[in-house]
Amino acid sequence: MRTRIQERFRGLREAGELGIIGYITAGDPSLDATLKFVLALAQAGADVIELGVPFSDPLADGPTIQRASERALKSGTTLASVIELVGRIRKASQVPLVLFSYYNPILQMGLEKFANATETAGADGVLATDLTAEESDDYRRILAAHHLDTIFLGAPTSTDERLAKIAACSSGFLYLISRTAVTGAKDALPDDLPALLRRARAATRLPIAVGFGISLPGHVSVLGGLADAAVVGSALVAEIEKATKTGPSGSAIDAAGSALAEKVRSLKEAARHGLSRREVAP
Amino acid sequence: MGTIVQSTATAPGRFGPYGGRYVPETLMVPLFELERAYEQAKSDASFQAQFQSLLKNFAGRPTPLQFALRLTEKLGGPRIYLKREDLLHTGAHKINNAIGQGLLAVKMGKPRIIAETGAGQHGVASATVAAHLGLECVVYMGTEDMTRQALNVARMRMLGAQVVAVESGSRTLKDAINEAMRDWVTNVRSTHYLLGSVLGAHPYPVMVRDFQAVIGRESRAQILAAEKRLPTHLMACVGGGSNSIGLFHEFLRDASVKMIGIEAGGRGGQLGEHAARLAAHQGFTGARPGVLQGTYTYVLQNEDGQIATTHSISAGLDYPAIGPEHAWLADQRRAEYSAVSDQAALEAARMLARTEGIIPALESAHAIAGLVERLPKLTKDDLVILNLSGRGDKDMDTYSRLL
Repeated sequence: MRTRIQERFRGLREAGELGIIGYITAGDPSLDATLKFVLALAQAGADVIELGVPFSDPLADGPTIQRASERALKSGTTLASVIELVGRIRKASQVPLVLFSYYNPILQMGLEKFANATETAGADGVLATDLTAEESDDYRRILAAHHLDTIFLGAPTSTDERLAKIAACSSGFLYLISRTAVTGAKDALPDDLPALLRRARAATRLPIAVGFGISLPGHVSVLGGLADAAVVGSALVAEIEKATKTGPSGSAIDAAGSALAEKVRSLKEAARHGLSRREVAP
Repeated sequence: MGTIVQSTATAPGRFGPYGGRYVPETLMVPLFELERAYEQAKSDASFQAQFQSLLKNFAGRPTPLQFALRLTEKLGGPRIYLKREDLLHTGAHKINNAIGQGLLAVKMGKPRIIAETGAGQHGVASATVAAHLGLECVVYMGTEDMTRQALNVARMRMLGAQVVAVESGSRTLKDAINEAMRDWVTNVRSTHYLLGSVLGAHPYPVMVRDFQAVIGRESRAQILAAEKRLPTHLMACVGGGSNSIGLFHEFLRDASVKMIGIEAGGRGGQLGEHAARLAAHQGFTGARPGVLQGTYTYVLQNEDGQIATTHSISAGLDYPAIGPEHAWLADQRRAEYSAVSDQAALEAARMLARTEGIIPALESAHAIAGLVERLPKLTKDDLVILNLSGRGDKDMDTYSRLL
């Protein structure tokens, strides 16, 4: 049985099109707002949506997502309430959904309870930022039993051997970190990214999504020839922050939703008209 | 809490179920490189010679094991010896580990070191070693700690280190570690993270313990020379747990030696009011096994797995997790842990100052207070070694305000 994520990447590959994955922090500024944002992103063409589970100590995140996590925790968001939100999203959309969390909240809920609730709510995959392939045996076994994709991170510092190992632990797609950095929008893609992508391609046949520092249509145009999807996170979170600066009023939430949709549309446009794997890849 | 399933077979750096490596992937290969460099250094005669030479000629080892005559008389119980780590260069045991890791950074060809600090003693030790070895040094410190340990901030800056103020979270040690890890992820190719306690991902808990184990090795030889017998009790304060594990390690095989770690009981048992991870038996709530900053261990946290804020008058003990080896020693009942209050630590500091002429660091004062609270269970036949891990210059502002 294929997950929604796997189906979507199959479609993208057939169309020769780069996928756009949107990340937002769930509960920023409220879970009701996140529901609207997810639907707006999906409607605008986001291929996969990553729902960030806020954590008190987001040590892999830059300032933009740190602030979003603080706002989300302040609004009372918990892992359990994010899973509930997935259920609400599913009533309105079949967009592929990934929970993006630090490991401790998952561990405290208990792996079995977490996997069961996440599957029942209708999510498709999970990425735990600080869970490495080495520590993931039980996690992968339990999540796989609940038909959840386990997505792991590959990094520029990962050796070829590790990339292969990480890919072997992953399903759905491999998430490749573009640079040695915390999350956050950057102006340019790193020069060594094509070489990193070539190493990752040699390590796996899984679709490869590239994230960290992706924010502009120009990045997406370039990635079209290299990757299967681009992840945009902090740039979306920054739109939410900007629109709700004076408070999370109904009109501010609507404005944020429109800004998110506009951002994804422009990226999607670049993905359709930029280089494509169909033209470049063998 | 759900059942926590942990695989031990494939995971290095485990103490029973505790420890491991829980970090963003970017740091995994650097951790392997560090582990390899450390393993090589262990059998590298020139590295060891350099390490021993710096410990002796730069840091001032061996430190005395001083019989505390007036304290022993005043308390009227066991014979008490103080391991005088407070006499080391920079004023605390932290220099032992900073020298070891500083030399490793040089060996690995990393020109830049970063460090976190709570009380500032590890920051000062790192800045000192960096200056001595010609390395660039950046120290992350919570703004709450920068205020209460202002003297150490000035020392780090005089030594040429850049002190970066951390404004996030509770603005204490935990937040400084988050920020140091963000720096490391970003600058990992040029930078060694000189972690100051037996925390974090493997190999840190093992490596830092080994660099601190000199405390116990010296103490064991010194007490045998002075008393012709092993101590009955070891006592030390436990924040992350490096001075205590440094004292305990050499005695682990001596089954008759009881080991007692003293945590920060702060203002009370309610979550947020203390930093006691292994003192649930005294009513300190909120600690459960979990993952924080690279390691699986006891962590103060809420029901949803969000890390709790902590309180201690002592910046060096004000941290929500404990080194994974301590978690294991506690589970095995090989070591005991209990907590004392802010107030008890303050009073113990004054008592030590007036009976022995030693002003202890607030951290070490917790160990003294722990000894005082344990007196009813001790006899005149008992023989205690207490690790006086640091001196109190940095805490004079707090002492003058509150005593």
